[in-house]
Amino acid sequence: MDFLLQPLFVVTFFPLLGVLALLFINGEQKNAIRWTALITSLLTFVISLWVLGQFNAANPDLQLAAQYPWIQVAGWNIQFYLAVDGLSILLVLLTTFLTPLAILSTWTAVQERVKDFMLFFLLLEVGMTGVFLAQDLFLFYIFWEFTLVPMYFLIGIWGGPRRLYASVKFFLYTMAGSILMLLAILWLGVNLGTFSTPDLIGKVPAAAQMVLFIAFAAAFAIKVPMWPLHSWLPDAHVEAPTAGSVILAGVLLKMGTYGFLRFNLSLFPEAARQAAPVIGWLAVIGIIYGALVSYSQKDVKKLVAYSSVSHLGFVMLGLFALNSQGVQGAILQMINHGLSTGALFLLVGMIYEQTHTREMAVYGGLWKITPLFGTFMLIVSLSSMGLPGLNGFVGEFTILLGAFGSQAYGSYWFAILSAVGVILAAAYILYMFQKMFLGPAGEITQHHELKDLNWREIATMLPLLLFIFWIGLYPKPFFDLMAPAVDKLLIPFLTAVK
Amino acid sequence: MATETLIWLLPLPPLLAFFLIVLFTNKSKTLSHSLAIGAALLSFVGSMVVFARALGTPEFGKEVFASSINWIPTGDTFLKIGVLIDPLSAIVLFFVAITVLMIFIYSVGYHNYGQPAGDHDLAGLPPHGATVTDEHGHQHMVLSIEPMYSRFFAFIGLFAFGMYTLVVSDSLLTLFVGWEIMGLCSYLLIGFWYGKPSARAAAIKAFMTTRVGDVFMLLGIAFLYSVTGTLTYREIFTEQTLHALASVPSGIFGLSAAGLIAVLLFIGTVGKSAQWPLHIWLPDAMEGPTPVSAMIHAATMVSAGVYAVIRMFPLLSLDPIAMNVVAFIGTFTAIFAATIALAQRDIKKVLAYSTISQLGFMLSAIGMGAYIAAVFHLVTHAFFKALLFLGSGSVIHGMEHGVFHTGNHHVDPQDMFNMGGLKDKMPITFWTFLIGGFSLAGFPLLTAGFWSKDEILADAFANGHWAILITLSLAALMTAFYTMRQITLSFLGEPRTKEAEHAQETPWTMTLPLTVLAFFAVTFGWLGIPEHFPGLGGLLPNWIHEFVGGTLAERPEILPFSPIPLLISLTVALGGLLLGWLVYRNVEAGQPDPLEKPLGFLYPFLQNKWYFDEFYQYFVVQPVIWFSEVFSSQWLDKVVIDGVLHWFGRTALSIGDVFRNKFDKPVINALIGDGTATVFQKAGQELRLLQTGRIQNYMISAVALLIVLGAILIYILA
Repeated sequence: MDFLLQPLFVVTFFPLLGVLALLFINGEQKNAIRWTALITSLLTFVISLWVLGQFNAANPDLQLAAQYPWIQVAGWNIQFYLAVDGLSILLVLLTTFLTPLAILSTWTAVQERVKDFMLFFLLLEVGMTGVFLAQDLFLFYIFWEFTLVPMYFLIGIWGGPRRLYASVKFFLYTMAGSILMLLAILWLGVNLGTFSTPDLIGKVPAAAQMVLFIAFAAAFAIKVPMWPLHSWLPDAHVEAPTAGSVILAGVLLKMGTYGFLRFNLSLFPEAARQAAPVIGWLAVIGIIYGALVSYSQKDVKKLVAYSSVSHLGFVMLGLFALNSQGVQGAILQMINHGLSTGALFLLVGMIYEQTHTREMAVYGGLWKITPLFGTFMLIVSLSSMGLPGLNGFVGEFTILLGAFGSQAYGSYWFAILSAVGVILAAAYILYMFQKMFLGPAGEITQHHELKDLNWREIATMLPLLLFIFWIGLYPKPFFDLMAPAVDKLLIPFLTAVK
Repeated sequence: MATETLIWLLPLPPLLAFFLIVLFTNKSKTLSHSLAIGAALLSFVGSMVVFARALGTPEFGKEVFASSINWIPTGDTFLKIGVLIDPLSAIVLFFVAITVLMIFIYSVGYHNYGQPAGDHDLAGLPPHGATVTDEHGHQHMVLSIEPMYSRFFAFIGLFAFGMYTLVVSDSLLTLFVGWEIMGLCSYLLIGFWYGKPSARAAAIKAFMTTRVGDVFMLLGIAFLYSVTGTLTYREIFTEQTLHALASVPSGIFGLSAAGLIAVLLFIGTVGKSAQWPLHIWLPDAMEGPTPVSAMIHAATMVSAGVYAVIRMFPLLSLDPIAMNVVAFIGTFTAIFAATIALAQRDIKKVLAYSTISQLGFMLSAIGMGAYIAAVFHLVTHAFFKALLFLGSGSVIHGMEHGVFHTGNHHVDPQDMFNMGGLKDKMPITFWTFLIGGFSLAGFPLLTAGFWSKDEILADAFANGHWAILITLSLAALMTAFYTMRQITLSFLGEPRTKEAEHAQETPWTMTLPLTVLAFFAVTFGWLGIPEHFPGLGGLLPNWIHEFVGGTLAERPEILPFSPIPLLISLTVALGGLLLGWLVYRNVEAGQPDPLEKPLGFLYPFLQNKWYFDEFYQYFVVQPVIWFSEVFSSQWLDKVVIDGVLHWFGRTALSIGDVFRNKFDKPVINALIGDGTATVFQKAGQELRLLQTGRIQNYMISAVALLIVLGAILIYILA
């Protein structure tokens, strides 16, 4: 039973204790339910800090492994294998960090079936943490598919008016991509005799790499989402409840980019190099396209959703630059996007809760009435558009450096064109800020007694702002966590060049 | 304190003031402005200490003040952040510290500190005045205090932080950080009165236009880094690195890597310093409060653009094509903006175009290789242009006083044709404005502007750049002309409106900064009198040449004296001033601009700024919006991408139907029996339920499908 004390096992499954506790609480005692969920997620965060404390950043390998034989029938060698390294540690922390904040945001927003909501939410956390920690492909796939179910219900039950369309589109689309990945996983496990990722590195025959690369990429590209596979995202975001959007944008999308990083780059390096220009172009198109479509939105949540397409395009551009700056920038940008877009969705949710509309045109002059809300929104918006001094800039700039120096791309045009997205980002963000916060008071602003942020909402925002500034001003500790692992990941690409 | 430590600290007081005001003191106007001015004063004193120590260092330039720390790790190396004061940044620090402090003090008076709160004033709109009752029981309107007074001081504090950061930074990376922070403050301050639609539009226009330039600059920085592996000036400007940059072709437009990087960085300057074709935002930026126009849009931020190019001169000068690009844009902008300034009626708009034009002079100088002349003009311009803007603010203030007196709010207090005769009403403003104006016009011998502009023309002459010489001389003539037009219309003659008759001198917080800046607008020029200048040369050492020249690896040569450029300078300055006075001295109330008739169709063309705004609207803004709203959002996203997706969905459903009707029912039912069929039938029903909305069920069939597919795969592979 020693696995019960493994830090990674504990951090992954601790929320299940909360789930268990919730089962014994009467559904009418909403506050007890909320507190139980919140405390569970906070404790999970504390446990993840404990994991961080034991994590050795200088070691580029997988660490703190919890590895046990699991399904060993008919020649299948499936293990229960959790481990963490520099590629995933930040994403695990991001997950455990965002979950309590998201739960805090539902305090008054979710009034119906609170118990079910919290159950799904904690289950979702288990799935997400598991995705980032699983080192056995089969286990990874189980966690991967498992995250779909709670999110499907979160959108389908607590979502907006078109929730059915949105949740089915989300589910089917992601599922469709996953099936190809499953086939590839089975091929690997059966042919190479193991499902363990570190054992598979360097073993995949060059001839099979491209097909397997595409099969994995199908699942991840939909999740990211990469252009043109993005159209489920705006629908899912708009219909999802605030907490759902925060987790969807903050963590679930990162599962796609993380998948590329963990599997496509490390298992199929040959194919990755060949595919880099194609993925790079799709990323550049996504950057520009997402920004353009963002600009034309009337619904603020949709605007933020499309901006994710643009930002995730940057992450992909960095990953497939296949050099140190690009990949490090991409990992940091995953975190940045989780913080900034998570914060944007939280803020949008806070005003939506009061007014029940997301139409930008009916707002106006909000800054005057809710100065604190306006100031937070301004900071987060600026972080999202990459203003130096805030987190977004560090990520984007490092990615641009990577794209410029990339031998995999072999052309400056990737960097140059992606910069167009940076210009457009200013356009849609300022357009949004001006519509909602400046100018004459709109219908809503005139006829509603709008309240500024309360203490609970401030408490939700402050931790996010802390990291927005911290990463913007002194990103070194964050890079230090990932650098050795990234360098190790990139060895096959470097040696091939020489 | 060690000089390096002191330099690190220079930008911090205004930043601290920003946070303190935002977080704690925003309710108290007195505390807020005291904090901001105290912070500006601290930075000022620190800057002067650094400057004095720089002066006291022998061979300053070879010896510099520098220190740095690691910031972003990139593979094996680190991007560093650090500070550097060499002669160039020392002299920029000098004028920045002075102008910033003066403008902070001026803002107190400008925003009507000590006046009562307005009757109907709202946050986001300029103050509309307050009614007071005097001891005789008469009610009258007076100026009212700015409702967002504290916020203003917080923002300009943040701005000062950005500018100081830019000046003391030792690399392009931190320069860019300061650059963008200033861009943000510029946006916030242009839109300070966000209740006005015109201010909101101007703020976005400014941010977007400069952002276009910024992104090219960012690309230049990234490109430079990917070629050299460093962004620190002193590492880039080593002979080895420069040589490598000059010899590598970039593959774009026949430029070397050095040339391409320089051009990309220069596009950033074109945006920030409002050069053609990205000049369109600066005139609109005059929507902001006047101290903002003086500080951000004349003395510091727009100068920072020129500073960046001067800073990159060792790189720029490696590629003749890049040099020509800079010279062309600068020269063209100098005359282009001067022509527009001729036909403006708004006192601030004239100054805005004049700023664009003068910045063009500097860039033209850089493009010719006249390094010292460019720096010289950068500094003198900062002094006299800040002075002119603050003076114009004082004039507008005086006029507003008149407007409140008469109660006729239809009179535009910024229209020079509504003024006249302010000389006697506002003597300090008049005399200081006159000094600033004459300095801008290049009034001979006395004013700073004369010496620095003369230096540029002398350089053009000595190096045989005839086209530049002729163009700049014409621009200088126009400069003198529109300056005198402005002075004559505003201050001389008789008041053309009742409001001008009742204008009043502004408080000391406004006139003191005017006086200080006027002092520098005259004397600073004396520090750069060429050695061989007849009569005056050699009386004072040519300190500018000595000091600034030390920045470069090789000191620029001293030009031989020639009377021809001097004669040109004298003619255009005096001729322009005289013409301006002759044409405008007798303008009556309600009379059109005397230039309107002689210029004919050209006049509206100039007044409408060569129709550049309209051009961009039709050929850039509208197409982008169409591309965004119609092409991408409505057509590509909704029709094509989702269309394909829905087609897949429908196809899958109909395949399911086919299976059920053509295979399941006849084949399975018939052959295998009803037991199996029920399962498939159920799946078919589930599929159809998707259409009716009860789609949770679909999940089950999806999982079933997964299992089936997996089984098939295992069967095939095994």
